[in-house]
Parts: sequence; C-alpha cells; structure tokens
Amino acid sequence: MRFLIRPNTAAIKPQPPSNQAPSTLLHNPDDKSVTPPASLPIYSLAKPIPGAPNLPKQRRDHMPDQGSTGASQPIAIRVSALRKSFGTHEVLKGVSLTAREGDVVAIIGGSGSGKSTMLRCVNFLETPSGGEIEIGGEKVAMRAEGTPSDRRQLERLRQSLGMVFQNFNLWTHKTVLENLIEVPVHVLKIPKAEAEARARQLLARVGLAEKEGAYPAFMSGGQQQRAAIARALAMNPKAMLFDEPTSALDPELVGEVLQVIKGLADEGRTMILVTHEMKFAREVASHVIYLHNGIIEEEGPPDQLFGAPKSDRLKQFLKTVG
Amino acid sequence: MACPPPSQISALELLGFGECGWGISLVWGLGNSIVIALGAYSLGFLIGIGGAFGKLYGGPILKDLLAAYTTLVRAVPELVLILILFYAFTGALNEILLSWGYDRIEISPIVTGIVVLGLVQGAYQTEVIRGGILAVPVGQLEAARAMGMPSLTMARRITLPQMAANALPGLANLWLNATKDTALLAVIGFSELTRATSSASASTKAFFVFYPAAMALYLIISLTSTLLIGRIEKWARRGQRDVRT
Repeated sequence: MRFLIRPNTAAIKPQPPSNQAPSTLLHNPDDKSVTPPASLPIYSLAKPIPGAPNLPKQRRDHMPDQGSTGASQPIAIRVSALRKSFGTHEVLKGVSLTAREGDVVAIIGGSGSGKSTMLRCVNFLETPSGGEIEIGGEKVAMRAEGTPSDRRQLERLRQSLGMVFQNFNLWTHKTVLENLIEVPVHVLKIPKAEAEARARQLLARVGLAEKEGAYPAFMSGGQQQRAAIARALAMNPKAMLFDEPTSALDPELVGEVLQVIKGLADEGRTMILVTHEMKFAREVASHVIYLHNGIIEEEGPPDQLFGAPKSDRLKQFLKTVG
Repeated sequence: MACPPPSQISALELLGFGECGWGISLVWGLGNSIVIALGAYSLGFLIGIGGAFGKLYGGPILKDLLAAYTTLVRAVPELVLILILFYAFTGALNEILLSWGYDRIEISPIVTGIVVLGLVQGAYQTEVIRGGILAVPVGQLEAARAMGMPSLTMARRITLPQMAANALPGLANLWLNATKDTALLAVIGFSELTRATSSASASTKAFFVFYPAAMALYLIISLTSTLLIGRIEKWARRGQRDVRT
C-alpha cells in the first residue's frame, strides 16, 4: 500500500498512482470501496482548479535522475547556497534546492534541522543571511546582508507563492469566504463578485462549500487547514509552500488534509512540502531532501531515499520516525 | 417678568427651560462637554494609532520622541497640562506672532480643550493600542505578508481590526476618562457642564439641585457609552470564541 496514511482512512482502497485520471483516485461512484466513509467529506477531484497547470502526472516514473519532472520544464523555485543564522547560531549552512514546474519537493528532517526555516526563507518570512533565491526565473533582489531590497518585487513574487502554515493562520476576524477573497479583492484588485465565485469553487473543491460563512475559530483543525489551502489557491499561485501542514492536527484529521494536498500534486502543482509524514512524502514527492543540522545530508528520488538510504543519519532518522 | 428669589422657585422650575430655569445653560454645557470629549478622543485616537505604530516600527529617533511624549504627558496631571497649554502655550504663540509682525490671535477655548485633552488621550491611547497590536498573533500578520500584502493594506485590513478586539476594553476606559476630563476645562473658564453647573448653583445657591442634576447627566453619558461600547466590542470580537464557554 503506497498511499495513505492513517488507520481511519485505510478503508479507502489505494489505486495505483500512475496514469490514472485523478478523479478515480478518490472519488469513483461505481466503486464503493473508494468512497470515503460518510463522515468524511468527498473531494471531487474531477474538476481541476481553474488555472491549475495541466502537467503530466506520472512525474515519478519519468525521472530517474534528480527526481524532477524533467529538465525541460522551467524552473519554478531555485534556492542556492542559502545560509541563515539566528544570532550566532547558524541554522542553515548553505543549502540549495531546485523545483521545476510540476515538481513536488519534500523536505524532511528532525526537529531543529532547519527545514521550516529553509521553506520560510523562500518567501522571505525569514530573512536569509546569504545565498540566492530565484522565483519563476526571477532573482529576488537582496542586499549584502540578505534583506530584500525591492519591496514591490518581493510583494509581487510572494503573490505567486501560496503558503500554508502549520497553524493555519486564517484571519480570525473574517469568515472563511472573506479569508479567501481578502487578497484577491484588496491586493490583486479582482472584482468582488468574480473573486467570490472563484472562492466558492475552491471551497467546494476542498469540501467546505457549507462553511463559507463560518469563522475559523468554530471549525475543526482539519477544516481550517483545508480552508487555508483554498485561501492560498485563491491567489492562483505558481507554486505552493507547505510548512508542516498536518503537524498541528489531531491524528484523525490528518487524512483529510493530505488528501487535498495529494489532489493538488496529482494536478501537476509545483510544491515544496516540509513534512513529518514520511509515507505521504514518499507517495507524493518527486524529490526528497533530508536536512540535518542545516545541511543537506542526502537527497534524491523518494524510492531511493526511503528505500535505500545511504547516510547513516538518514537511516537512523527513518528508523526513529518509523 | 422678573424671576422671584431662587429660594421660592421649585427645583423643577430651576432645572427647566423657562425664563427662570437654568436648563438651557446646563444642556449647552453638556453639549460642549460631549463635543470636546468626542473631539479630544478622536484626536487622541489618531495620535494613538500613529504613536503605537511609530513605537513598534519606527526608527530610533521617532521611538525616543514618542517615549518622551508618552512619559511626560502621563507623568504630569491633566490640570497642569491644561493650564500650561492654555496660558503658556497661547502666550508664547502670541509673542512669536507679534514679533513676526502678525496680530495677536485668540484661540477658542473649545479648540484648546480638544487639543489639550487630545494630547493627553493620545499618550494613553498610544500605549493601549500598542498593547493591542502586540497581542495580535504573529501568524495572522505572517499570513498577510506571505501573500504579498503591502504593509499599509496589512495595517488597515488585518492589524487594526485584530488590535481592536484586544484594545477595546482599554480604549473604552479612556473614553469614559475623556468625558470626565472635560470638567477640568472649567478652570480656564470654558462653559462645559461642570462650569455651567457651578455658575447656576452659585447664582441660585441651590447646590443640591444642580450638582445632582449634573451628576445624573454625567451618568447618562456614561451609561449610553457603556451600551454602545458593548455593541462595538461584540462586533470587534466577532469570530472569537467566548472565553467563558
């Protein structure tokens, strides 16, 4: 069984991931065994998100080398020799990463390995101490000490990255629908009616059509995280950044969020995913990076990294997280 | 018709709007008090927002200036500040104007009142709003930043609404203070409610009629405010769980 994840979702019969239309993966009305239990919302993946890139989904089978969708795809995100220190403590000691369009790069590693910091440096929520970040082929202008020097460029580039946080960070004073249309309407200046229509589509997509008027504090963690993913998608981002999206969730809520993320990966969305869910990383990633003490200890295609790890540290790590 | 001696007039008539009543004068004073309180509070709110953001995000010089302002204003009694600003400040201003060849100007007491009390309010509100902003969870702002929201939009759309829920109890206190601080303007001869009351009772010797009446009027302001503030607070806390459940 390659896909999924948690005991309560084990009832969902896994399908071979290759060359299947995404719609049959989770939602096939003819096959009772793939219909989630009634308590779980059904995510119809038959309708792709408007504006989603339509890349071939058999990413993994076609990349014997670096686990990329292929060298022909343009580079979505490139991180080069990134360093980051907090005071005298150097958290990242020169790490690099390349995500081409359609890639799913998973970053794994123990606590304090720097994996979240690395992700947060990509959109400058943390200011790097050195190195280079390139988003959609555009280098982020930085001063010598690492702070971004062009505020407008940074804002524009951030708008092309959808960030999903560990603690959801939905705006508590806004309803779910208001959360989804906030940036499209007030920053991207999309007409409100248009933004709302698109937001409703996205909410239906993540199984929250009925929750558009709810305030985040009155929803479960899983619902909040799905809403947060929808909010990121409402920006129509070129790439998604996931910072441990299931770490704050009760175990029985993890599956519903991972299903949504998996649906996005199957659609050919570019994403960088920091996660503790090893099985999920193996299932969904095209390339896995193992970070230890601020350096990349090992990286490669998931089957190689999880199936035949070379470094002793990674072997040890995989044993502990089991 | 000449009014009979005050001792022969009933309390109701003294408070009434008739020829021998002081009602108009009291209501006029009440109106002045409310106008000054509203003006000072609004001015204080603007100073408070600017001061709070300046203290949190400003450069070192701005931060020091704001620290000096809040420290000084909160250290000196309002009454002293009112006297300083009304006499010393207008005096100095006129000296300067005269030396430059301009005419002496008369600053209206209502403007003085609003400016002085506004400066006092501003110092306190700076601190209350700063606390309210500090209590906004950092993730709420990171989400906005990560989506490329410009800082001004973020301040307006995310920080201020979230701050409001945290700062409202403190801001409500300051509003009630503002309504009562207007009474201090009586010392500069401005005919707000306390001054009007004192004139009325001095003329009629009916202290036990006018002071309780003024008290009742202050109480009405306070009760109405509390009612309104309750509604505003409920609105500002929309989306938040009730801590009592």
